[in-house]
Amino acid sequence: MELIDYLPIFILLIIAVLFVGGTILVSHMVGRRKYGKEKMSPYESGMIPVGDARRRFSVKFYVVAILFVIFDIEVVFMYPWAVIFKKLGVFGFVEMMIFIAILLVGFIYIWKKGALEWA
Amino acid sequence: MEFTLPAIKIGAIAPELILVCSAAGLMMLDAFAKERGKTLLPILSIVGLALAMVASLKLWGKSEVTFAGMVAVDSYRVFFNIIFIIGALLTVLLSMNYTPREEIDRGEYYVLVLLATVGMMVMAAGTDLIMIFLGLELLSISVYVLAGFARGQLKSNEAALKYFLLGAFASGFLLYGMALVYGAVGSTNLAMIAETLATPHLPARVLLMVGVGLLVVGFGFKVAIVPFHMWTPDVYEGAPTSITAFMAVGVKAAAFAGFARVFIGALGALHPDWTMVLWVLAVATMTVGNLAAITQSNIKRMLAYSSIAHAGYVLVGMVAGNEVGRASMLFYLLAYTFMQAGAFGVVIMLGQKGEPRLNITDYAGVGHKYPLIGVAMAIFMFSLGGIPPTAGFVGKFYLFGAAIKAGYVWLVILGVINSAISIYYYLRVTVVMYMHEEGEEVLAVSRAPAVALALILTSVATLGLGIFPSWIWEPVQKTVNLLLG
Repeated sequence: MELIDYLPIFILLIIAVLFVGGTILVSHMVGRRKYGKEKMSPYESGMIPVGDARRRFSVKFYVVAILFVIFDIEVVFMYPWAVIFKKLGVFGFVEMMIFIAILLVGFIYIWKKGALEWA
Repeated sequence: MEFTLPAIKIGAIAPELILVCSAAGLMMLDAFAKERGKTLLPILSIVGLALAMVASLKLWGKSEVTFAGMVAVDSYRVFFNIIFIIGALLTVLLSMNYTPREEIDRGEYYVLVLLATVGMMVMAAGTDLIMIFLGLELLSISVYVLAGFARGQLKSNEAALKYFLLGAFASGFLLYGMALVYGAVGSTNLAMIAETLATPHLPARVLLMVGVGLLVVGFGFKVAIVPFHMWTPDVYEGAPTSITAFMAVGVKAAAFAGFARVFIGALGALHPDWTMVLWVLAVATMTVGNLAAITQSNIKRMLAYSSIAHAGYVLVGMVAGNEVGRASMLFYLLAYTFMQAGAFGVVIMLGQKGEPRLNITDYAGVGHKYPLIGVAMAIFMFSLGGIPPTAGFVGKFYLFGAAIKAGYVWLVILGVINSAISIYYYLRVTVVMYMHEEGEEVLAVSRAPAVALALILTSVATLGLGIFPSWIWEPVQKTVNLLLG
């Protein structure tokens, strides 16, 4: 592998930077500017903000987020497995069952430990 | 699209499979068992570790690579597995009385210890950069959690957070280094890397060198060599003491397992390039570790700096890079496992709930009041300092001998000077233990039969390795051929 092989990526990088920089520069020079109260609000056409986002969240949200990631990844693995299921044959089936069994142990564990209960 | 499945040899990863199944079983037991059933957790983890030990020993002497060049089955791996399993067994023994005392006896503890051991084994077995990284992450994530296991204690929380943030950062360095090496060589397989580097024409040399440098940083963090050692004293001090022992013996050995296979094995052709860097790092590690240890008053911090210094000694064997150097690294890591785990065992034995008195001066009078504990601690301190007839002396003898053979005379001179410096603070512990002023309150010993058993095993092993080193030195000779996949 030579460094020269990465040249297209480098060219793409330069084009991307030039394009973004150029667009901002042109709109900065050509565009008209009018400031108002609405214009300066964080979301110009969104809802009117009701309070600050910097407050304490229940730690349970994080637990749910972490559990979601685990089972999300499980599905990520299952899609390509399903696509070539027939080619993999019995071997692939057994492997996937082992994978699911391991995750199932984790699932039973968190269930039993009460991580899924919100109260 | 046609594709072939890689060769699957379940027997080649039997130790890992046994430990994963044990960990899953322990999780289920922890979830469903009543209070009485939970007392089985440490016993079942010992059974799992013993089975994994048997499965590992069955792989001794083999020499093959399976799983599409990802997993090596060689004696090098088996010997490291023995070190990891002994480390984990000692950790379980040290924890059996410690975790109830500190009120951190939750079932996840043993599950995480077993999974961390699997991570170590994967690191020692991996013949592909990806496998080594995978093992490192499995190991690290388990240990991050274990370091913060005493979640009611601020210091433990601090240790876990520090270790996690810095460890994740170091993993980033390691992964980036692997990416650059892959970019330069075109493969993550260690054998392919070695093959490409053996040709006189090296492609993308700058890329390769930056990658190797980043690998040094990544591995250096995990084995705690100077200047990547900053986290060590704080984390070792804050983590539960049994986990500190686990980190000092297991994690360090695992990181060295990967470090040596990648550098001596795959990057062996670049030996002239990286050896100078490691030479400087070894001297810095030994010197900073020993000098900083002298000024410590807290025994856990003192042992943390001592573990940094010992990483420096092992690094001497890596700099030597010859067959004796490789064998002596493994020998030293085994010897170090016994003496360091034993020293932490004494700390646990003499601790009370919350461990309020960890100053070295608190140990005054211990030697007279509890002669056996005093003798055990003296053995560990002599061994750590490298005084015969202990394992530490023989280990250092082999390491420095290997470096002399490879022509690194100055490195050995600096190492011996450091070793002499270290005797000062190791012997200070012994001196304090046998010194007792009238009216001073001597530490109480906690009732801990499992810890006592661990202390007996480690002190006998420390002396045994020192008096009959050939029992281990003979088999360890067979581990010097690194398979690369």
